[in-house]
Amino acid sequence: MYPSRFRYEAPRSLDEALALLAEHGDEAKILAGGQSLVPMMKLRFAAPGVLVDINGIAGLGFHEETAGGGLRVGALCRHVDLEHSTVLPGAQPTMAAAAPLVADPIVRTRGTLVGSLCHADPQGDWASVMLALGGSVVAVSPRGRRTIPVGEFVVGTFQNALEHDEIVVEAVVPAAQGARAGSYLKLERRVGDFATAGVAMALESVGGQILRAGIALTGVGPATIAATEAAEALVGASLDPDVIDRAAELAAAAARPRTDHRGSADYKRHVVATFVRRMLTAERAPAGAAA
Amino acid sequence: MTSTEIETKDTAIPTRRVTVTVNGEKRAADVEPRLLLAHLLRQGLGLTGTHVGCDTTNCGACTVLYDGAPVKSCTMLAVQADGHEVTTVEGLGTPSELDPVQEGFVAEHGLQCGFCTPGMMLAARALLDRNPDPTEDDIRWGLSGNLCRCTGYQNIVKAVLWAADKERTGDPDS
Repeated sequence: MYPSRFRYEAPRSLDEALALLAEHGDEAKILAGGQSLVPMMKLRFAAPGVLVDINGIAGLGFHEETAGGGLRVGALCRHVDLEHSTVLPGAQPTMAAAAPLVADPIVRTRGTLVGSLCHADPQGDWASVMLALGGSVVAVSPRGRRTIPVGEFVVGTFQNALEHDEIVVEAVVPAAQGARAGSYLKLERRVGDFATAGVAMALESVGGQILRAGIALTGVGPATIAATEAAEALVGASLDPDVIDRAAELAAAAARPRTDHRGSADYKRHVVATFVRRMLTAERAPAGAAA
Repeated sequence: MTSTEIETKDTAIPTRRVTVTVNGEKRAADVEPRLLLAHLLRQGLGLTGTHVGCDTTNCGACTVLYDGAPVKSCTMLAVQADGHEVTTVEGLGTPSELDPVQEGFVAEHGLQCGFCTPGMMLAARALLDRNPDPTEDDIRWGLSGNLCRCTGYQNIVKAVLWAADKERTGDPDS
């Protein structure tokens, strides 16, 4: 299968890339890892007139810790970089759990976290992770730089909040209030398939007291879903069985799955509740930060 | 350096000259931007060892090494390979000097129909480059982006273990 015809540009600097976006407007599309965009172009779901390949721009492949347990992830940081990161284990448990579950090992060598956020596929793992962590993206344009919380950035199925002349240069996880705990669980029929359901959980606590909680759901609605009520049920609470059950029920209620070949809507809600219960029960163990 | 022109019918979009180091040899081609890397290799350069299976980024039959990292060549554009190094199965070893991964596939009968084998072997090569002493689990996980419809994977895993043993100890039967 071939994509529709397009003009290809390979800028060597961010300024060149921005100039190309300014010139071509909504005809232009950024190519980073291309692991969603190229298949969509081959299937003719996407047919941009101009492809702006940013892979030749230096300085975007980083990921680094920031003060207080935050993290910055550059636009060309690949999934594999996060999977084998020495920075994530311990410091970013939700991200460390998600990285090896994204797509498959070959796709992970090319695909990027930022690209996944921009693609805004309701099946995307990173949007859930970043939503649970209260993360944001940094977009630049000729008009300057702005920070957009992921909850406002992902506006719908395959829809993000970018203007046509903006490029996301990095994603940001804010500093934590205390110690981080959390995980990411995904049910898939086989590696590389779209998720039947996935749940990202991010907890921040001091002395066993949960100060901030985030729960987000993958693949069970028309966009990534923030299970806000479920998360709020955890703040200030200790992880007793009734609290865990309540959070699991609220998360399942926040899901809006459709019955399809991966399972019935009820089944997917059940998976969401099970994942929430499983992750919170694990955090109750004496070694857990929230115990 | 050899040069190849890939057929284009529409003149509105200019072709681009790309120079790619394929299996250690610099090759040049004029390509349409929408030409996929897999097609440059197969039709442009005649390297038909790279197989196109699903054409939708699932099966991994088209896996090649791009600057040493495994990629699905149906999901990259040929223009993206400009100035980069690509290794296909033709460059993995020679008939007289097979790569240990290839030897392992022979020794352990790691294939039946053979369609997935080139991609499988390149993914295995990349796996061993990163982890020279993998467990069976590491191999199953590491090859999970490559589908095989014949073998049930058992002999593929054995083949990669064989290659790992040979590379570490020189004696795959130890």
